[in-house]
Amino acid sequence: MKILVPIKRVVDYNVKVKVNREETGVDLTNVKMAINPFCEIALEEAIRLKEKGIASEVVTVSIGPQVCQEQLRTGLALGADRAILIESEQAPDALSIAKLLRQVVENEQPGLVILGKQAIDSDNNQTGQMLAALLGWPQGTFASKLEVKDNEAWVTREVDGGLQTLALTLPAIVTTDLRLNEPRYASLPNIMKAKRKPIDVIAVADLGIAVNSNVQTIKVTPPAKREAGIKVASVAELVEKLKNEAKVIG
Amino acid sequence: MNVLIYAEHEHGQLKGETAKLLSAAERFAGESHVLVAGDNCQAVAEQVAHLAGVSKVLVAEHSCYAHQLAEPVSQLIEQLASDYDVILAASTTTGKNLLPRVAALLDVNQISDVIEIQTADTFVRPFYAGNAIATVKSLDSKKVLTIRTAAFDSVLNTGQAEIVSLDKVFENGQSRFIDETQTKSARPELTAADVIISGGRGMQSGENFVLLEGIADKLGAAIGASRAAVDAGFVPNDLQVGQTGKIVAPNLYIAVGISGAIQHLAGMKDSKIIVAINKDEDAPIFQVADYGLVGDLFEILPQLEAQL
Repeated sequence: MKILVPIKRVVDYNVKVKVNREETGVDLTNVKMAINPFCEIALEEAIRLKEKGIASEVVTVSIGPQVCQEQLRTGLALGADRAILIESEQAPDALSIAKLLRQVVENEQPGLVILGKQAIDSDNNQTGQMLAALLGWPQGTFASKLEVKDNEAWVTREVDGGLQTLALTLPAIVTTDLRLNEPRYASLPNIMKAKRKPIDVIAVADLGIAVNSNVQTIKVTPPAKREAGIKVASVAELVEKLKNEAKVIG
Repeated sequence: MNVLIYAEHEHGQLKGETAKLLSAAERFAGESHVLVAGDNCQAVAEQVAHLAGVSKVLVAEHSCYAHQLAEPVSQLIEQLASDYDVILAASTTTGKNLLPRVAALLDVNQISDVIEIQTADTFVRPFYAGNAIATVKSLDSKKVLTIRTAAFDSVLNTGQAEIVSLDKVFENGQSRFIDETQTKSARPELTAADVIISGGRGMQSGENFVLLEGIADKLGAAIGASRAAVDAGFVPNDLQVGQTGKIVAPNLYIAVGISGAIQHLAGMKDSKIIVAINKDEDAPIFQVADYGLVGDLFEILPQLEAQL
């Protein structure tokens, strides 16, 4: 079985982003970029399935400008067998991304597509579910455990109030939550080896998919700042303030 | 513009989000219909019918909707969608699982985590973990939105809507429910609680969370945790407050042994009053706290419990 893992190039999760002066977006000049952490978990899970002999090939794909090859190269160093870049200078909307990925799925015919549950820049949490809808495949979102057996994927999902386990008939879509696994680091020999692995570059136009931007950003602002309050000296003073000043306890 | 709201329920009880979605729906100045789907949900439909602002409750009762799995429920909503301009669900794990699937079936985008509805096509939502707030305009023919219910008030229980049964069935041969483990708790749910007390890495172990329980009992509070405490294995992930966990806005939020990483602040900074208890007086949590108490939480917590 082939596994496809779409990954996204995003600002590194350690970077504290700031809104730009024009209020059109966040300032990304000279900011460190990385594979979206949830996508890295997806890649790790696919590589582990290959190491267990369940998957035969792991293909990773990204959509974006040429520089996304950096993240695809990291994916290859982590253990993906080959990579595809769908080259697009402008940022398509989430539905268009899902349509482009559907085309990749139709070309590649994977048995399983594993994606991160959300990207830490747009925070949308949509792509996996949309791709599942477009393909007519079942979906197991927010996975904290994944087992493949008898042509089914058993997915334990992190849901409000607990865990839910579903059995999905393959082919299926799985999106990853934080606790699914801890991704490995790429070793130096694997980084060297990755330089020889192939990255296919396909222009968006060649896929024949109409790409839209139907969600327009009008304005971006920093969040309302909360003012620091006061320090209290004792538990007694805290309780007194909560009762009589803030009036939030009886 | 007419609005379809997806109602979440569990064990025959309507969840609190629907009452908040109804006040968000008022912004579209049309009729609000609420869909209840499940295998045994007549009682839920009656609870919905009493909420103010509901003009019709649609009930789809069939075993195919048991556990409200995304595959059949998204097909059901797709079938109903031609009568509506707007489709709303809460930004819960259920809403986030379902609504993007619905949007893609309808060939439109979905807008996540809406905190303000400015006009019928312009919405405000946080991104970059709440470090930036975007105002976005949707050019799509239908607006499909998940709503951060903490940003909206609940409507009152003064309604008397008509209940209409649907007979649509979408058999699901693709996904099978296996089991479910619910975290049992007598306490309120995090997203619905008036008071929350959360522990971080400073709690040092899962056992020490018992120090929060006595205080939670006295305040009728829910217990939460930071991602650091979850990653350290102290408590399960469904207690996590933050960008990658639950977004909360209670009247009182007490952060204990939590440093105040950006990703945690993104989940709780809209709380009315924030209290921070931390031994490090330079911890960033104090920059957002209304009341800060510097000291050893293992000494402070028993005192606090005694004095409440």
